[in-house]
Amino acid sequence: MSVAAVKIIMDKKILFVEDEPNLQKAITEVLVQEGYKVFGAGDGEEGLKVAQVEKPDLILLDLILPKKDGFEVLKELKADEKTKGIPVIVLTNLEGVGDVEKALTLGATTYLVKANYELEDVLKTVKSQLKE
Amino acid sequence: MNLKTLLKKLDFMAECRKYGLEFWQCPNSLFLVMGIIIIVAMITTYFIGIRLVDPEVVIITVCSVTVVLLVIGHSLVNSFARVAEANRMKSEFVSIVSHQLRTPLSALKWSLDLLRSKRLGEINGKQKEYLDIINESGVKMIKLVNDLLNVNRIEEGRFAMMPKLFPLSELIEETVKELKLMAEAQHVELIFKNHKKNSDVYADQEKIRMVVQNLIDNAIKYSKKEGGKIEINLDIDKDEFIKVNVKDNGVGIPNIAQKQVFGKFFRGDNLIKQKVEGTGLGLFIAKGIVKISGGDMGFESKE
Repeated sequence: MSVAAVKIIMDKKILFVEDEPNLQKAITEVLVQEGYKVFGAGDGEEGLKVAQVEKPDLILLDLILPKKDGFEVLKELKADEKTKGIPVIVLTNLEGVGDVEKALTLGATTYLVKANYELEDVLKTVKSQLKE
Repeated sequence: MNLKTLLKKLDFMAECRKYGLEFWQCPNSLFLVMGIIIIVAMITTYFIGIRLVDPEVVIITVCSVTVVLLVIGHSLVNSFARVAEANRMKSEFVSIVSHQLRTPLSALKWSLDLLRSKRLGEINGKQKEYLDIINESGVKMIKLVNDLLNVNRIEEGRFAMMPKLFPLSELIEETVKELKLMAEAQHVELIFKNHKKNSDVYADQEKIRMVVQNLIDNAIKYSKKEGGKIEINLDIDKDEFIKVNVKDNGVGIPNIAQKQVFGKFFRGDNLIKQKVEGTGLGLFIAKGIVKISGGDMGFESKE
């Protein structure tokens, strides 16, 4: 890997909105090791605020969140000019077809069910998303 | 039949007690009470009719008995509603518990993934062995929770399908390839015979994959440990339906258990003796998926 390539990865910022601290910790650990800068938010409102201030390159979003749920966060992210273009990976344990469809219609890029994916799979998805 | 099983059969309240319903809330007991009242009322009316010639008395008796029966009938309808409600609550309970379990299970799984990936440092042989054991148990729990959620969705009729046209033979080939190693490890031969060129079906591909995986997986698990042979045939039946059968030469299912094969938590006696792993929900889910897709599933076995 060339120096320039490393520099690009170092600059990438990821926001992870998740109310379960143990889950957030494991993912953050891996992403930081991979050289990403990770911001965490524990509820929907905080997530929106961090997204507007930090303008991350990618957002990992849970759907069941305190204060403002993931669908609402997604809606507001896509309505705001500043955050509209940020790709959002929905990372949740809700998997009703209605939920999947709703999230994708609202503008989510990918939908992952937490219980069914390994940590490395999540990392792979994040990497391929940031490459595009 | 001994006395105990006879009494058990006569215990009409047993089912209601399971749902926590009392005598006056239980359809079975209410039916019995209604039956007795009707018989007694008819006999009494008969005697009143022949002893007292006054027709008003007969009419009043019949009317008052009818009122009593109406009241009981009303509680009967209510009691059915209660049974349905109890059943719904049970499903909802399972659904909530399963969903709630998924979050801590995901945290467990990801933390384990992290440890086992050696990103946090090297782990020695023994440590790895135990981490693998925890991981295996975690994976099993997630599978069980997923199965329970699927059972719930099938029972409540909200198992959503995303159907499209796809060749079933390719899906089977892929699955056979995936499971070939597992079969070989148990000295089981896995053969797929495709008798039909066009095997396009309109269904949810991933759900049907679950079904095919489940059937072949079962066949491997329950095959003879030496010289086991599984044959999968794809053909078209007389009604122009695509018919797939998976045949093994394993232990078979005893006649008395054959009715329950597609029930929930089914484990045949033969299977328990062999200590085969599984949730016992696979075939219930598989049949549910096939039924929703407009097909059907059955089986034959020699004990």
